[in-house]
Amino acid sequence: MFLALLAVQTLNGLQLGILLFLISAGLTLTFGVMNFVNLAHGVQYMVGAYLAAMFASFTGGFWSALALTLPTALAFGLALEILVFRWLYDRDHLSQILATFGVILFLNQGVKTIWGAAPLSVPMPLALSGSIPLMPGLLFPVYRLALIVVGLATALALYLLINHSRVGMLVRAGSTNAAMVSALGVNIRQLFMLVFGFGAMLAGFAGALVAPILSVEPGMGDNLLILAFVVIVIGGIGSIRGAFLAALMVGLIDTLGRAFGPQMLRLALAPAAASQTGRALAPMLIYILMAAVLFARPSGLFPVKR
Amino acid sequence: MTLRSQRPAILLFAGLALFPFAASFGADTYLLTLGARMLILALATLSLDFLIGQGALISFGHAAYLGIGAYSVVLASMAGIDDLLLQALIAIVVAAVFAVLTGYVSLRATGVHYLMSTLAFGQMLYFLFVSVSPLGGDDGYTLSSRSLLIGEPRLTSDLAFYYLCLTVLALAYLLLVRIAGSRFGRVLNAIRQNPLRAAALGFRSFPSQLAACVIAGSIAAVAGTLLANQSEFVAPAFMSWQRSGELLVMTILGGVGSLWGAVLGAITYLTLQEALSLWTDQTQVIVGPLLIIVALFGRRGLAGALVPRTSGGPA
Repeated sequence: MFLALLAVQTLNGLQLGILLFLISAGLTLTFGVMNFVNLAHGVQYMVGAYLAAMFASFTGGFWSALALTLPTALAFGLALEILVFRWLYDRDHLSQILATFGVILFLNQGVKTIWGAAPLSVPMPLALSGSIPLMPGLLFPVYRLALIVVGLATALALYLLINHSRVGMLVRAGSTNAAMVSALGVNIRQLFMLVFGFGAMLAGFAGALVAPILSVEPGMGDNLLILAFVVIVIGGIGSIRGAFLAALMVGLIDTLGRAFGPQMLRLALAPAAASQTGRALAPMLIYILMAAVLFARPSGLFPVKR
Repeated sequence: MTLRSQRPAILLFAGLALFPFAASFGADTYLLTLGARMLILALATLSLDFLIGQGALISFGHAAYLGIGAYSVVLASMAGIDDLLLQALIAIVVAAVFAVLTGYVSLRATGVHYLMSTLAFGQMLYFLFVSVSPLGGDDGYTLSSRSLLIGEPRLTSDLAFYYLCLTVLALAYLLLVRIAGSRFGRVLNAIRQNPLRAAALGFRSFPSQLAACVIAGSIAAVAGTLLANQSEFVAPAFMSWQRSGELLVMTILGGVGSLWGAVLGAITYLTLQEALSLWTDQTQVIVGPLLIIVALFGRRGLAGALVPRTSGGPA
């Protein structure tokens, strides 16, 4: 029984970790390559979920909605880059915080104006609905398993793109020394735009993927933004590999801590005290980890090699 | 501190002092309550401006101190301590301890990493109070009445409460201007402008920056005690990251470094929110782009737009 519970919670943790990776990948690149504090990355995830909901209601299917969401999220990210972000690359962090906070306010209200304040839902694709037995007596939803597989595949594709392609080489070079890359004749502005749009698309992809299992509502990106910051700080700003490992760590620690923290403390404390302390401590774990990493290894656990 | 350089601040505070007279022609209680709330958040913003403008320490967890102040009122009144002065004293002590403990970790980092670690500590405190069920957890805690002031219930009148908030804000402003001009403030500024040169002159950055964190945190905690009294309600939402972000936005909007700009920024931002909400329920659709425009075109916020920079003043 305990083993089954552990297996389920581990899978849930992996699923959260994969989701966090998809969001953090773009954030860590914009942060690392452009030294840009983008608070508006969370709302791009939200916009992805809303786009999926809208397209699903037009076309009636999940797959067609997903196929339409990806290019639209990319276009949306590029539009934001052209309208707002590209004017802020040379400015200090304070201006970037002010502007991207403005984008959050605008978009959180904007989706409410367009689609209403009530949560929307996206139909689960038929082929992936239902549950399958993982071991005797243990059912797990197919869709969540599919999410994990898709996330891992995306991570692999990103790895190949960043480490074994020309564009990826330029991005890595840009994150080490943008001025030098520019001096060698690369249009760094165009590269920035590409990275930004791609990051926005990945966040939108994440939003579309979770739309069938979460309710799509205004502000749904706010807390994930903070979790994504935790991930990129732990992993090392600018490092995709770091973001991947840290996202899995954060997903697992958060999920398992909430599920088993109180029980584990019961070994040392009285039951009432244990459940109270456990409930207080579990959500704090990842932030404690983040502070510890910042204290001991400020450049993160898996920093970019300089 | 010359009288001339303080002209905008004098005008600003005179305007705030006269506000209740103007308010008496309109919806008295509503405007006074709103005014007091603005002054309180302006106090918290002021303290953040000190931290950023003098110490270059961009905190993304400053709302934690608002929460510390607010929950100090709750815990003190549970323990039978009803006087605001004592509650504020408790809040200051707790805030100072929190600032020292977190500053010891955060100040090892610089720039974005400092920002991220203050965010982490803010979130820890937030989740701590969300989980403490005797204090209402996520739902918050309703206070039975406002605190006493020197033994008497003097804060029940909205007018009295407004002027109390204004007095505290003015005192905090004077204190911070004095500190910024003092030897300590100059050292802090030297470290901000050129850490290497300051270090070469023998000034260690850590003690000065830690002291700045303690000062800013204590003032924000006092704002928290006032905020709890203003709304007679305390919730973890007081220290959510969105609130920290809002404090940052008000500081930047006002123009970092002038101190009075922070007060102006807070009042402008909150007035805008309130005025627009009377007219439309799509407030943020307008406020958001306005913030973007200020970020793109206004180099030094409202203070910079009102008073063009002259030579000699602190940068």
